[in-house]
Amino acid sequence: MEAVYLAFVLILSIFLGFELISKVPATLHTPLMSGANAISGVTLVGALTSAGSGMDTMASLLGAVAVTFATINVVGGYLVTNRMLSMFKKRESPSQPGAPA
Amino acid sequence: MSQEFINVFYIVAAALFVFGLKQLSSPATAVRGNLLSAVGMFVAVVVTLFSQGILEFQWMAVAAIVGALIGALAAQRVAMTAMPEMVALFNGSGGVASLLVGWAALYNPGNTAFIHISILLSILIGGVTLSGSIMAWGKLSEVMASRALVFAAQRVVNALILIALVACGALFMLAPALDSPYLYAVIALSLLFGVMAVIPIGGADMPVVISLLNSYSGLAACAAGFAIQNNILIVAGALVGAAGIILTNIMCKAMNRSLANVLFSGFGAVKTASKVEGEVKPINAEDAQLILEAASSVTFVPGYGMAVAQAQHVVRELGEILERNGAEVSYAVHPVAGRMPGHMNVLLAEANVPYDQLVEMDDINPRIEHIDVAVVIGANDVVNPAARQDENSPIYGMPIINVDHARTVFVLKRSMASGFAGVDNPLFFGENTRMLFGDAKQSISAVIGEFKG
Repeated sequence: MEAVYLAFVLILSIFLGFELISKVPATLHTPLMSGANAISGVTLVGALTSAGSGMDTMASLLGAVAVTFATINVVGGYLVTNRMLSMFKKRESPSQPGAPA
Repeated sequence: MSQEFINVFYIVAAALFVFGLKQLSSPATAVRGNLLSAVGMFVAVVVTLFSQGILEFQWMAVAAIVGALIGALAAQRVAMTAMPEMVALFNGSGGVASLLVGWAALYNPGNTAFIHISILLSILIGGVTLSGSIMAWGKLSEVMASRALVFAAQRVVNALILIALVACGALFMLAPALDSPYLYAVIALSLLFGVMAVIPIGGADMPVVISLLNSYSGLAACAAGFAIQNNILIVAGALVGAAGIILTNIMCKAMNRSLANVLFSGFGAVKTASKVEGEVKPINAEDAQLILEAASSVTFVPGYGMAVAQAQHVVRELGEILERNGAEVSYAVHPVAGRMPGHMNVLLAEANVPYDQLVEMDDINPRIEHIDVAVVIGANDVVNPAARQDENSPIYGMPIINVDHARTVFVLKRSMASGFAGVDNPLFFGENTRMLFGDAKQSISAVIGEFKG
């Protein structure tokens, strides 16, 4: 039953994803990709659980390495997306009079 | 905290991811959207730390600090031109994280057959994402040759790897054990498969590969979610998987090729374009300036060559001069210009081009006949009229920006070599085409110099 329920969540999320992403303009495709990439770093949640379970040294070790990589993904992804998106600016005024030649 | 309580917070996190992605639909709200998504991630992580299952903090604290430092440093340092490589590496690091989470899930007590299949899937997809991304990074950063690497019996070898993967997976399922040799075989074969999948794909097809690997990194997180029965991994992973698939699809359409064609055949291996011959009409900076000064509408069509020449800043400067001169200036970006989707837009935004001047192919084509001057900078295949006219051309059928329909076309080109796909371009011989030879940055600077002098 658990598997069916999770599959249900999966299918709905995929449809939701298609709806959301198809509205993103081509101009923002690179930040979209790095932003989505940061979201895929959500594996961090799973990695934290494994790293902290304290059940088996090997599992903790695998978890800890996973935490490192997932954090790179999350922190790097969000920061670089923010850096890119901050560069997209609207024109300040219709034309820029008095701009230094 | 009880599991129910944690799940409530996971719903909040998922909702924040969804709102975040929704706000990415406009440059005006996108920064806030990214922030919302980051808050969602923060909520998910903090709540997880409070769960009962977590007993040891020292390991993960060190691991998280190291990861955060590397991520922050990379995000701050990376040049915008190197963004495709960076995203490839981030994809790979998401992939390896999912692989490891799947592997570690083997140590959980009471795993069912379904969970074991999920574990194998997260190892497989995670592994392919990791090694595929490293290959993509190698090609993009030109650490290795960026052209397609094709050898005889490539498909047979790939099919054998795939069969071996399935066989090892099945053997593992018969006797799931922590130290099963088949587990290690699946890990190794997944990594090998990722390498084999990317090497036959050439540099010009990289936008497709990056999009696809982006999708895989989401699907790997999804599989890891199934392996540890965690909702938020499944939801977030599926959103990313869908995003990657949509981008892949857009890229394929923009090249008029099926995904199978991109993945399995080296570009241009079969067809050879009809030879085009003609005489090119060179122009110098002085004459170019005279034509531009008289133009009332100018559109710049950038390609990867603009990034290579680092010409985006001088292009924007020229654009501003033309605007002050009364011309209507726009920047027309083809969906596959550059090495990843939207790459050119980011570079132009970095050079302070306002985003309302960035137009898409489908917006510019209907009105291109009324454009006085189209300036092609470092783009080749995406403006090649052979895509419309020459059925023998490898790019035949690909949608292009029809710059040849503009009143005048300037093509900035280093020399008369052919483009990435090795295709001859009849645009260069067009009646209304003028070639401005030389380094793009220097050529544009020279034209600016003429305006100022």
